[in-house]
Amino acid sequence: MNWFDSWALTLTVLIPAVGAVVLMLIPRAEEALIKWVALIATLATFATTIGIASRFKFSKGTLLQFDVNKHWIDVINSHYHVGIDGISLPMLVLSGFITFLCVIYSWNHFPEPHNPKAFLALILILEIGMNGTFIAQDLILFFVFFEIVLLPMFFMIGVWGGPNREYASIKFFLFTLFGSALMLLSFLALYFKVDVSPHVPGIQHSFDMVALSRVHGAGLVRSTQNLIFAGMFLGFAIKVPMFPFHTWLPDAHTEAPTVGSVLLAAILLKLGAYGFIRIALPMLPEAAHTWAPWIGGLAVIGIIYGALGCLAQTDMKRLIAFSSVAHMGFVMLAISTLTSFGINAAIFGMVAHGLITGMLFFIAGSMQHNYGTRQMSRLGGLLTSAPKMGWILGFCVMASLGLPGLAGFWGEFPAILSSFSPAAGLSIPLFRFYMVVAAVGTVFAAGYLLWMLQKVAFGVPKPEFADAHIHDVSSFEWATWIPILLLIVALGVFPNIVFHVTDRAVTHMTNAIASAIS
Amino acid sequence: MLAAITNATPVFDWHALAPEIVLVATIAVVLIADLLFPDRDAWQSSRIASIGVLAALIPIATLAASGHDRSMFGGAYVVDHYAIALQGFFLAATYVTILLSADYISEGDYYKSEFYVLLLTSAFGMVVMASARDLITLFVALETISIPTFILAAFRKHDRVSNEAGVKYYLIGVLSSALMLYGMSLIFGVTGSTKLVEIGSYVGTHGTTSLLTVAVFLSLIGFAFKISAVPFHFWAPDTYEGAPTPVTAFLSVASKAGGFVALINIVYFGFYGSNGRGAHAWWGAVWVLAALSMTFGNLGALRQTNIVRMLAYSSIAQGGFMLVPFVAAGIAGAEGKIGVAAESMSAVVIYLLIYGAMNLGAFAVVIAVARRTKSAEISSYSGLFATSPVLAVTMTLFMASLAGIPPLAGWFAKFVMFRSIIDAGTGWGIALAIIAAVNSVVAFFYYFAVVRRMWFAEPAEGDRTAIRVPPALAGAIAMMGVVVVVIGIYPQLFARIGERAF
Repeated sequence: MNWFDSWALTLTVLIPAVGAVVLMLIPRAEEALIKWVALIATLATFATTIGIASRFKFSKGTLLQFDVNKHWIDVINSHYHVGIDGISLPMLVLSGFITFLCVIYSWNHFPEPHNPKAFLALILILEIGMNGTFIAQDLILFFVFFEIVLLPMFFMIGVWGGPNREYASIKFFLFTLFGSALMLLSFLALYFKVDVSPHVPGIQHSFDMVALSRVHGAGLVRSTQNLIFAGMFLGFAIKVPMFPFHTWLPDAHTEAPTVGSVLLAAILLKLGAYGFIRIALPMLPEAAHTWAPWIGGLAVIGIIYGALGCLAQTDMKRLIAFSSVAHMGFVMLAISTLTSFGINAAIFGMVAHGLITGMLFFIAGSMQHNYGTRQMSRLGGLLTSAPKMGWILGFCVMASLGLPGLAGFWGEFPAILSSFSPAAGLSIPLFRFYMVVAAVGTVFAAGYLLWMLQKVAFGVPKPEFADAHIHDVSSFEWATWIPILLLIVALGVFPNIVFHVTDRAVTHMTNAIASAIS
Repeated sequence: MLAAITNATPVFDWHALAPEIVLVATIAVVLIADLLFPDRDAWQSSRIASIGVLAALIPIATLAASGHDRSMFGGAYVVDHYAIALQGFFLAATYVTILLSADYISEGDYYKSEFYVLLLTSAFGMVVMASARDLITLFVALETISIPTFILAAFRKHDRVSNEAGVKYYLIGVLSSALMLYGMSLIFGVTGSTKLVEIGSYVGTHGTTSLLTVAVFLSLIGFAFKISAVPFHFWAPDTYEGAPTPVTAFLSVASKAGGFVALINIVYFGFYGSNGRGAHAWWGAVWVLAALSMTFGNLGALRQTNIVRMLAYSSIAQGGFMLVPFVAAGIAGAEGKIGVAAESMSAVVIYLLIYGAMNLGAFAVVIAVARRTKSAEISSYSGLFATSPVLAVTMTLFMASLAGIPPLAGWFAKFVMFRSIIDAGTGWGIALAIIAAVNSVVAFFYYFAVVRRMWFAEPAEGDRTAIRVPPALAGAIAMMGVVVVVIGIYPQLFARIGERAF
């Protein structure tokens, strides 16, 4: 193994960490230097993820690659174990990509109270947590990275956020903290109750995610499995967020600064769904099977509820936030089918949602910057006052409602299709019912998204903005948005870019789950 | 009963006793220096005291390196890994307390040398406590810890609140000592020995009797007062608020840890019984103490507007978390799972080490901020991030660590606590684990009330320059900050100390 292979994954958390420390040492007045350091750090991290992707052996997508296993906390038998397979690779690249773009977008856009030093340091700390979660292969390591994202996002919302920022930041923190406390108890219960000796001779208890995924909860009675799964479910479902734990999300999104919303939508929400795929399903397949109808049910309620919530909004950003609830509902429905088709769709859906909703939040932020409001009743005529931005908004709306040929389609359509035939043993009529509800949800989605587009972009500008000079897309915005827009098209036309990466690992996992259940 | 009398000529292991000897010598030097030097040079006493404490750490290091257990006075005084680890902790905590006190005491209207003499005497009691394996040694050590702190709590002698603090603390201290002593006398009566090991083997073979249970309960209540566990906690907030802030830091960290070490000694080496049979007698009571302390400590802390009172209630809640591993050991012992006990006790030690670092750090910032604002109201922290970003960021680290947010040291303390109770299993264990989990979320509210003030609120009118922090205090804040971050990322350093102790 050469130098890069053994260090690449560590670098994806180490570079942002070093960058954050360097930033803190630079005096606050040196703004240009601060921005360059942040840009270089995120670019280097992104380049590392691309390097990983280019050296990733797709034919061995089921195995952990770039695997590193070192001593960390021997006393509790926890290791610094990192590695990626086809499931985590797309998420890791997405995280590196979006964070880098967020730094570019921020260049001249720092929200009040300005302070680029603290803002960029928080973004870098956030990136440590996000990348770390996707590469961790040890439950305790996963937990630590999963939690690292809390503090920076809390401060980002609370310091740079909108008028109601204190309430929103605390709500965000509290919900997540509650979930992760129970999640930690579940991890500990897994450690003590699951016997991994069939796969790791000589060791009975382990936090190693690979080992735990292989034994499928051996030695656990069904009822204990179900309880442990419930703890993890709370931790992950709050993060996703699933109905009825979603209430923190609209507040957090509405109050967060633009970049905060983008990172929240594009990456942080994915941590929860990723946790389901990576931890909850393979480690406790029988419990997953028992819980799947409930998860699917909450998912479709989320789809409809999110859509109805959208229709009740007057604030553009809040509407996009509710649409996230609906979209993550599709992702969770796909996961709950426990089929390889569904989980592939879920991962694609996560990537697509990250790009598209991230873009929508970028546009909402830029409009707020231009108009000083996000109230849709006051906006209008974007296509005449800033046509380029208006067209981009239209494009993203089309992508978000799942127009074939754009990325959103491949997240949504297979998700619905997968619930036509869920994994063996799950109630087919129930999941077909879910499928119908979800399909109705797509109609709603088209409804609220087009409604927003019509309110914001069509018509003539309202009198109060009739003479206002609205800036069209600036050069920094172009630099941020073009890569995302291109990727939305590329993934829409060649969905195999993602499916090719994920399919082997997902199939391998679902086969293992199926055999564990039967 | 004869065992207590037939002690042969005591053998002194001078190496093992070196930390205690260095401390006593330092106390003497501080006293004599006070007589020789004029009053304006009184700041020298803080220097002498800190050098003495650091010097006492040298034999700790050599003892740790030599690596074998030393037992004296027929097993009543033991210097093993556990004792060494805690002696090191007590000395380090005392050193940090001296750093916190240096400017506070020299700038105020206080007796200066006397302050350090009392502080060091209390520290001496703690060092003895870590080695005490005999009821009488343990009691003497506990009183040596407590009596100087009664005086220290009332050290702001012109302040009625401080006087009240001292008197309250004194009365409660005496009451708890009396209960404890009565309990100990009953234990001696039943088991015929004051040595914890012998008590343990008596319990191991005979099991518990009702008289022994009463005795254990009485001494537990005594300890509950000392560690301010709910419902025996009501003195703590008033005492903490009234005492000079460095003393409060010392009380809430070192003195509390002293109580916990006494509890470990008496519970693990004694009441647990050599095979866990004794655990039936007490785990239920400790379960209740733990659950109440966590819950009511938190509820109390939520209502505070004064940061010192908030930290007082928070330390009650943290004490509740530290009691959880005792319950784990008890439950497991009663079930016959012996292995959990050692792991649980090392969880307590790890928790103490981490709690000490983060709480001392928080108090250091409180003292630094109060130098400017002359206030301990949480509202006086408004906009600290704008005026003194470094202080605000370090305070955020300490608050987040106390709340148990990774990657700061506090998460690992909570983690080992959860680990012990989940390992013990059983419905009661899981129930306590869930209570602890909910409480650790509730705790977030009051710790982050301070953080919100610092980051989200506008600074008050007036002086907006950065707060100047004297070097000793800055050093303390920096050291504790480094510990909180480094241990958070690489907990193995402390975990290893805790593991080797048992």
